[in-house]
Amino acid sequence: MANEFAVEMQDVLKQFVTPEGGILSAVDHVTMQIKDGEFFSLLGPSGCGKTTSLRMIAGFELPTSGKIMIKGNEMSQVSAHQRPVNTVFQQYALFPHMTVEQNIGFGLEMKGVGKAERSARVSEALEMVRLPGMEMRRAKQLSGGQQQRIALARALVNKPEVLLLDEPLGALDLKLRKEMQLELKTLQREVGITFIYVTHDQEEALTMSDRIAVMSKGKALQVGKPEEIYERPANKFVADFIGETNFMDGIVKGQNGKVVVVDLPGSGEVRVESSRTFTSGQQVSVAVRPEKLRLNHEIEGGNNLKGRVEDVIYIGTDTHYGVRFPGGHKLRVREQNIKQSQKELARADDEVTVGFSTTSPRLLTE
Amino acid sequence: MMKFFRRNEKRQLMGLISPGALWILIFFNLPLLIMLFISFVERGRAGGIQIPPVYTIENYRLFFNACATEFAGPACNPWLYLSIFGHSVRIGVIVTFWCIVVGYPLSYFIAKQKPILRDALMVLVIIPFWTNFLVRTYALKQVLASEGLLNSLLNTLQLINQPLEMLFNEFGVVVGLIYGYLPFAILPMYTSIEKFDHTLMEAAADLGASPRRAFWRVMLPMTLPGVIAAFVLVFVPVVGAFVTPDIMGGGKVEMIGTLINRQFGVARNWPFGSGMSMILMVLVMIGVIAYFRSGSERERSAL
Repeated sequence: MANEFAVEMQDVLKQFVTPEGGILSAVDHVTMQIKDGEFFSLLGPSGCGKTTSLRMIAGFELPTSGKIMIKGNEMSQVSAHQRPVNTVFQQYALFPHMTVEQNIGFGLEMKGVGKAERSARVSEALEMVRLPGMEMRRAKQLSGGQQQRIALARALVNKPEVLLLDEPLGALDLKLRKEMQLELKTLQREVGITFIYVTHDQEEALTMSDRIAVMSKGKALQVGKPEEIYERPANKFVADFIGETNFMDGIVKGQNGKVVVVDLPGSGEVRVESSRTFTSGQQVSVAVRPEKLRLNHEIEGGNNLKGRVEDVIYIGTDTHYGVRFPGGHKLRVREQNIKQSQKELARADDEVTVGFSTTSPRLLTE
Repeated sequence: MMKFFRRNEKRQLMGLISPGALWILIFFNLPLLIMLFISFVERGRAGGIQIPPVYTIENYRLFFNACATEFAGPACNPWLYLSIFGHSVRIGVIVTFWCIVVGYPLSYFIAKQKPILRDALMVLVIIPFWTNFLVRTYALKQVLASEGLLNSLLNTLQLINQPLEMLFNEFGVVVGLIYGYLPFAILPMYTSIEKFDHTLMEAAADLGASPRRAFWRVMLPMTLPGVIAAFVLVFVPVVGAFVTPDIMGGGKVEMIGTLINRQFGVARNWPFGSGMSMILMVLVMIGVIAYFRSGSERERSAL
């Protein structure tokens, strides 16, 4: 399988000279493989290197060192116009002096596709993005959502090996964005083209992606399926960036097979199942998601820590309880409001027990 | 009450615009009317006009038939003035072409710089305006002269063995006009290019357009308003120019401007000079109106 990967980044480094004269590594020795036909997201806060990575795959930037392969062919130094990829830009970048038809047909025209075939394929592409009959409109006559679809059609009509999307939904309002997320996902499945999707919105990435690369400060911290990234974050940054996480710092007391005993100084001991091996006295962070905690509900064979409620926040679907333990550790507990009549499980200053199983937390060392 | 305020506002507005309006009326529109009048009367024997005025359309006829005069000799060329006009248009086209071809990349280069450098470079483009135009033209003459800077340099480098004739011919006039009008081409093109969103070039490249095709299909059409403004700003004054052709051409290159200038000077034929000015004005006006018409059509179709 020579072409199992649509895109490969091999030890890619991209450095820029900053206005102050320093050197910034926007992408810092990143290696990742994007499989053929997958919906792959580059996720991270602004400045993490996700857009620069995308621009290097598109050919707008050339890597300082390292290799970029597209469909098994080295493309590191090939110009953008000779690469078999197309991009949907953040601000769409439709040509304002052209009609919708001319915009969508531009790529085909550059390839020398004849006028008749071109116009047939343009209509087809417009049907695909559910905007049939828009050929003669101008870009500025369209709404943001429509421009978005035209930009998508303009890229997809060329049947690229890989479609690159640079925060394409960023400029849309929330409701439209949710709609487009599902539509993009469906579209991707229909056309079977590899999508590489840049976003800073973790929920968007979780919703749409087959796999996600979480990036920070130019590095790819973790690459994996959404559930892997969420349930088994590799480090504190990923755990914190994706969803909400409680961290409690502690010291390993011992390990008995898979069960690691961690002392949280002053707050008690917790037992956590882990496939990794820890040594006694090692500093670790116990990371646990708020929805995996239960308030005043003892878990048999699990961890039950006693503490005091600091705050109670009602947010409609859930109620969040902030619980402080004697050693200063704090946990946020998320309880779903299943019954309308459900009374608060606890009030501020109440003494409570927080229960969670030994499989819920992750032990993170970095 | 409302009515009173409105009237008051109107009066204030009148007060604000009247100085400028009067200025234009007295010093621009009135002289134009006087010229229009002079163009339709016979010349006086010692210059000026015949008093009392004798009305005629001979001045206009003369432009289209140079032999329609008592002074016409047997070798008279009836197309003389028309050919001078044609020659002026030709020089106008050449100068405008080079101003745009040279100015566009320069405007692009300036627009691509960081803001501070960009402003500094624009100042460099504008600085020549602070020096007197005549002084600059005479200075350029020194550079291009037979014993001038450029010839000496080329001679020293042994690239030539006899001086190039760069003055008192069309070449000198064209160089002088390009030199004088280049900033007028740069300013509007710079404005257009600076506003141009460079992401569109990335989009074009992304869709398979080579840099050359992306330029012709995307960047040039989108910066065309600046190019057309440059054309109008350079072409119109160049066709009517007379100082530069006079100095750089040394009386050997006749343009419509020098011809008109001569009618008010040595030829002492005010009515013919006025007539030619009117014709030039009308032709230029037709050109500019055609431009704005096509411009508004572009706008309309762009909507």
